[in-house]
Amino acid sequence: MKKGVIRPGHIQLRVLDLQAALRHYVDLLGLIEMGRDEQGRVYLKGWTEIDRFSVVLRQADEPGMDFLGFKVVDDATLGRLGEELAAFGCQVENLPAGELKGCGRRIRFEAPSGHFFELFAEKEQTGKWGVSEVNPEAWPRGLQGMKATRFDHCLLYGVELPETLRLFTEVLGFSLAEQVLDDAGRRVAQFLTVGMKAHDVAFIEHPEKGRFHHASFFLETWEDVLRAADLISMSDTSLDIGPTRHGLTHGKTIYFFDPSGNRNEVFCGGDYHYPDHPPVTWTADQLGKAIFYHDRQLNERFLTALT
Amino acid sequence: MSRPHRILEQVSGEVVEVRPGESLLCAMERQGKRCIPVGCRGGGCGICKVRIVSGRFDYGLMSCSHVDIDQRSQGLALACRLFPLSDSEIRACGKPGHAVPQKQ
Repeated sequence: MKKGVIRPGHIQLRVLDLQAALRHYVDLLGLIEMGRDEQGRVYLKGWTEIDRFSVVLRQADEPGMDFLGFKVVDDATLGRLGEELAAFGCQVENLPAGELKGCGRRIRFEAPSGHFFELFAEKEQTGKWGVSEVNPEAWPRGLQGMKATRFDHCLLYGVELPETLRLFTEVLGFSLAEQVLDDAGRRVAQFLTVGMKAHDVAFIEHPEKGRFHHASFFLETWEDVLRAADLISMSDTSLDIGPTRHGLTHGKTIYFFDPSGNRNEVFCGGDYHYPDHPPVTWTADQLGKAIFYHDRQLNERFLTALT
Repeated sequence: MSRPHRILEQVSGEVVEVRPGESLLCAMERQGKRCIPVGCRGGGCGICKVRIVSGRFDYGLMSCSHVDIDQRSQGLALACRLFPLSDSEIRACGKPGHAVPQKQ
């Protein structure tokens, strides 16, 4: 939080069929529908999230990620970061309060990787879903499917990793928590955090700009990940790989696809990062183990299926 | 009506029997065949792109970044979103960077 960016706030995803997407994100993942807007976008959240929404679905003729938004501490910080982003060389677009329902003004910029990011300082806080703010019970009744607790992070594929790292660390105050270096010492993957998590956003080098690999949602336990795997089979959902464990971050995980081909992860556990920690390094000759700690083999679909 | 349609994949010579209402890719996986590479199975990633040589199909939704109107009119489609209506012939494209079958 060195530069006033607190945490991930929202992701907007494009889907080919909104009704099919809602059956996936609401009935299967267990996100909660929090509203819709006049553009037809649907707003969702995990039950532990304080903000009104964290996932926005938009129907479009090509799937993928529109943007990933981060919350900053206050409006003055938003103004200052807008100037610093412009000085870095980013085109900064201003979006008025209310363009996303319940969210204050946002600034949007394109990172050198070819992905769009946003910053905002204010969003309506409706509190955790189904539990009181005072004397809260452990969890609410009536959750569906995997009971995903929160939107956690994204992995993005794109170009210009070094400049993207410089933007996120120097301008936005992220830390490099984990990395993969090739034989020549070139960084081919970078996992960035703005808090104590192992990653809030991660990038993998790829010849095309702005591609989306996955959006990840947090579960409490390994038992929950196994239960998610059962639900993926019960609902005949397209499985990618898992349940397994990553070497990178050491999270326990399963990957699957939404009905438009956007990859999702649910995971639990994983390492933590304090700002004084040096980055954890994996070498590219151990990439199989870095990605899937048990299989220890590169999985082509995991590396190439993108939206 | 209930007879499966037979789809010949020309690169491998494999024949996939597709039940009514089943996608070509789903039928291929069910039969343990690998003549078309499998990606997201949702019309999003483009990995299972094929060229239709002959036959009739219903189409599901697929990403316009992988199959646009022009490509569709040239017979390109994603196998995960193709629902055969007759015996047919197709060719797996094999996307650059996706090495899975790629027999030439």
